Amino acid sequence: MRARTYVVPLAALALLAVVPLLSFDVPRLLPGPLDSPGTLQLLALCLVFAGVALSYDVLFGFTGLLSFGHALYFALGVYVPAIALTKWEWGLPQALLLLAAVALVVPLVLGAVSLRVGGIAFAMVTLAFAQAGNIVVQTNPRNLTGGDEGFSLNVDPLPDFLIGVVNTKYLYWLALGYAVLVFLVARAAIGSSAGHVWRAIRDNERRVEVLGLRPYPYKLISFVLACFLASWGGFMWLLLIGVTPEVTAATLTLTLLVMVVLGGAGTRFGAMVGGFAYTLLDYRLRSLAGEERIQDLPDVFRVPLSEPLFLLGALFVAVVFFVPGGLASLPARLRLLVWRRRAEEAS
Amino acid sequence: MSTFVLLTITGLGLGAMYFLVASGLSLIYGLMGVLNFAHGAFITFGAYAAWWLSTKVSGSFEVQLLVGAAFGLLVGAALAALVELVFIRPLYRRPVEQVLVTVGLALSLGALVYGIWGADAKFFPVPDWMLDTTTILGANIPNDRFVEIAVAIVVLLGLVGLLRFTRVGLVIRAGVENRAMVTALGIDVRKAFTLVFALGGSLAALAGVLSGVYYGTIDPARGTSLLIFAFIVVVIGGFGSIGGSAVAAVAVGLVQQYANFYVADWLDWSGAGDVAVMLLLASVLLLRPEGLAPKVAH
Repeated sequence: MRARTYVVPLAALALLAVVPLLSFDVPRLLPGPLDSPGTLQLLALCLVFAGVALSYDVLFGFTGLLSFGHALYFALGVYVPAIALTKWEWGLPQALLLLAAVALVVPLVLGAVSLRVGGIAFAMVTLAFAQAGNIVVQTNPRNLTGGDEGFSLNVDPLPDFLIGVVNTKYLYWLALGYAVLVFLVARAAIGSSAGHVWRAIRDNERRVEVLGLRPYPYKLISFVLACFLASWGGFMWLLLIGVTPEVTAATLTLTLLVMVVLGGAGTRFGAMVGGFAYTLLDYRLRSLAGEERIQDLPDVFRVPLSEPLFLLGALFVAVVFFVPGGLASLPARLRLLVWRRRAEEAS
Repeated sequence: MSTFVLLTITGLGLGAMYFLVASGLSLIYGLMGVLNFAHGAFITFGAYAAWWLSTKVSGSFEVQLLVGAAFGLLVGAALAALVELVFIRPLYRRPVEQVLVTVGLALSLGALVYGIWGADAKFFPVPDWMLDTTTILGANIPNDRFVEIAVAIVVLLGLVGLLRFTRVGLVIRAGVENRAMVTALGIDVRKAFTLVFALGGSLAALAGVLSGVYYGTIDPARGTSLLIFAFIVVVIGGFGSIGGSAVAAVAVGLVQQYANFYVADWLDWSGAGDVAVMLLLASVLLLRPEGLAPKVAH
């Protein structure tokens, strides 16, 4: 039984690892052959969001903390190294060290403040801090962030294999490495004794207090870990897409929430599958919106169908209503259905 | 001195809009425990509905604005009641799912506004006398600021009157205090839920219309940007407290305006006002985690 649980993930990992070496088409789903740069970039983004969604799940699904500020920490990973490399002309190792320090200190300070309140107030406070980040980026202080436009990254300090369209396959492998690393770290953290306390806090915080543990430091650890992991996802975004102010918007956090709930909150693979599937679906719906058969429809159908976010929001509401537990709960639901059918036939 | 007066009255005008959004959010949360992310969509849809009808009505800007505003308020109330009946009601006693559903609705409805009306800002009908200025203590103040402040004061008095002196208000206040007890006394709180949602929706739409007057235009991102400041007002003011919301809205509006002028000038950075508000929030949380007022509707 123990061995079997590893078979599917390892097979999926092996398959994902060889994708850049395959060159067949997946029509309707992907923009080109598997080894084309466009497809690899899209799949790399899917993997990055699989990792970031899991980092959010550590917070939301495993610790029960509903943060609306995860975009801020993702954006740190985009902006901090970009500013260090481009505006201050630092080398890559220094820039990454700076990111590691910032990605620890900022969530530690902001988390320490936000966690003074719980539940919905916590959600609003994290939202407010993330919004402050958004405003800082938009208003372009000292010409550091480039405001609405962002700026182009200085690629000179980067190693050659990370630059250029022909090398997208290395970025893809890097993204795969990021997703695997987040998975391993999250698994170890959730399995640790702190991880057990996280789940106890999620289920009943009062009981944890009665048992003589202070929930606050455990929640702070969960917050810092989740944010730290998300920041490295932001760095992957920087390599794949570049400096774009959208990463600071509250919509990104809401999107992460949708990914996690879609895949199944409180499950490791569910959140990753949710992040992967959402990113792919978002891309597909965007290209669908431009197609003629949608553009020719009457306005009542055309307008909603050309807005991917409308469809994804509606899908999310439907999942919350009809499939609580998300994609991860589907196998169990199907099994239950089959079992019931058999029981009926037998009687 | 004249700059200070201008900043103060403009801050109060901004605070008036924050109050309109926050009072609805605060009552909804206080009574039902629902953090309503879809509130931003009520603001935006109300403002766009007002703008849409005002372009169809012939007459002076005053007539267009009044007719449009009345329609916007109706649309806001209807949309909010619909959301409560269809999406929130089936999920009673599942607070996390309720928040998630309002998040989904906020994304969907926000995207719908972009799809229907496009990303460009629309000019709002503003009567000429509102664009004129009145001189107070040497400061030239645009008249629309007084309209916003007056509307907010009327709404504040109306809400306090509703909560204090009517039977519905009594049920709402009791529901905020102890929902289970009210239900146990045989009162159908769900009617009050729908009512509070519709009321919150129309107040949000009113804020949307006033923001159209304040800025002269409306755009699809208006709802979200007002909503975030309203969230801050609700946290600072304390959930379920109308008075707390009013005080916090004024504080947030003033801090934003003062910092936007004095600190922004000093730092040479235009984001100072908004970031000062976030700092205000953080310091209130450090000093009084429960907000200015405890959870009581009065």
